[in-house]
Amino acid sequence: MIRVILPAQLRILARIEGEVTLDVVGEATQGSVLEALERRYPMLQGAIRDRVTQKRRPFVRLFACERDLSHDPADAPLPAAVAIGSEPLLVVGAMSGG
Amino acid sequence: MSRVRVLVGTHKGAFILSADGKRERWDVSGPHFAGWDIYHVKGSPAQPNRLYASQTSAWFGQQIQRSDDGGSTWEPVGNAFVYDGVPGTHQWYDGTPHPWEFARVWHLEPSLTDPDTVYAGVEDAALFRSTDGGRNWHELSGLRGHGSGPAWQPGAGGMCLHTILLDPTNPERIFVAISAAGAFRSDDGGTTWRPINRGLKSEQIPDPEAEVGHCVHRLAMHPSNPNRLFMQKHWDVMRSDDAGETWAEVSGNLPSDFGFPIDVHAHEPETIYVVPIKSDSEHFPPDGKLRVYRSRTGGTEWAPLTTGLPQRDCYVNVLRDAMSVDSLDPCGVYFGTTGGAVYGSNDEGDSWTPIVSDLPAVYSVEVQTLS
Repeated sequence: MIRVILPAQLRILARIEGEVTLDVVGEATQGSVLEALERRYPMLQGAIRDRVTQKRRPFVRLFACERDLSHDPADAPLPAAVAIGSEPLLVVGAMSGG
Repeated sequence: MSRVRVLVGTHKGAFILSADGKRERWDVSGPHFAGWDIYHVKGSPAQPNRLYASQTSAWFGQQIQRSDDGGSTWEPVGNAFVYDGVPGTHQWYDGTPHPWEFARVWHLEPSLTDPDTVYAGVEDAALFRSTDGGRNWHELSGLRGHGSGPAWQPGAGGMCLHTILLDPTNPERIFVAISAAGAFRSDDGGTTWRPINRGLKSEQIPDPEAEVGHCVHRLAMHPSNPNRLFMQKHWDVMRSDDAGETWAEVSGNLPSDFGFPIDVHAHEPETIYVVPIKSDSEHFPPDGKLRVYRSRTGGTEWAPLTTGLPQRDCYVNVLRDAMSVDSLDPCGVYFGTTGGAVYGSNDEGDSWTPIVSDLPAVYSVEVQTLS
């Protein structure tokens, strides 16, 4: 079980309260977790990563275990603590005004 | 009794302002989609409780929201705006080729007859259409592909397709406008397009009378005479009497012919409204006085409308999609400012009242007249 915490804007958009728990088939990677997330909440397609290129949107960051995973490859394994659900994957809107 | 519903898109959400036909007491609902940029909200003329909203964010991208109950509840529908084929390039600000990249939806134009058909004008400039209530979108790529696309360039706000006019007498005819490319017309339902910019003069481009490259800010049309078009350009207010084949300047005695919105009185096809702005760098009213100008002669002769509007120390802007009219009698006129006010007039512009004063910066104002 993977735990994902989304920023408030995306929780409101997808009508999610609290954190999301996902079952991911195979290895837990950024790509597989985001695929599972978008499958359950189709309105999140395009909100975290580009719909066409599948690249992370520039002002979205991915954190876990006090590390910035934003620049890791999409198919790199997530930290073990995330893979077993003891730590969440944080989807964060970049800190900037607007 | 008739009612009006004013749909307001702002920098941080959407608001819906409602009143009866007197248009004196207003209910305000919102913010809807709080925290998001709402570029535009518009209702279906065929089914007025069907609303479409463009919800966008530099962080989290584009959403299209749809309501079937007049804005009480909303549902995110489709947000896959994928250019048809290989998108190619347009000009960047420095004149170099730049790949076409989708950024956001500026304007949604529901079909006049089918509530499930809606057009979307997007940045980077292209026209999309959905025929299933906004779930799936397909580009009308004949516009971008007609040949001049590589010469289009962004205006200061981005290279946006911001105006879509549907001819009520001819379902095959569509007008659009793009900053900074110009105005275009299709006579075959959006399959093929051609520029309609003859008569425009823009000193900001190398050939001031070029076929494309003009920064058209807004087009307007009265449904009773769809061959007569009005245009607020970067500078100059223009009119065409032949569906855009030729244009003539009608700026006349305006204190400045720079501005963004232009609209037409609901019952008087020759009565038009603009909001003069000082210049392309000073986006505020001349002399700090917020004045709507009205012409009852299709342009050239203009009179200021000031009653109820701030006449000192006012330095707001009125953006291109932020003016609209209702179809009651007398005609109501509405506009929103970047300072967060929405002003309404229930007497054709003779006097104005702030319906709300402190919203986030207003991007768009649309009005529905409901029976």
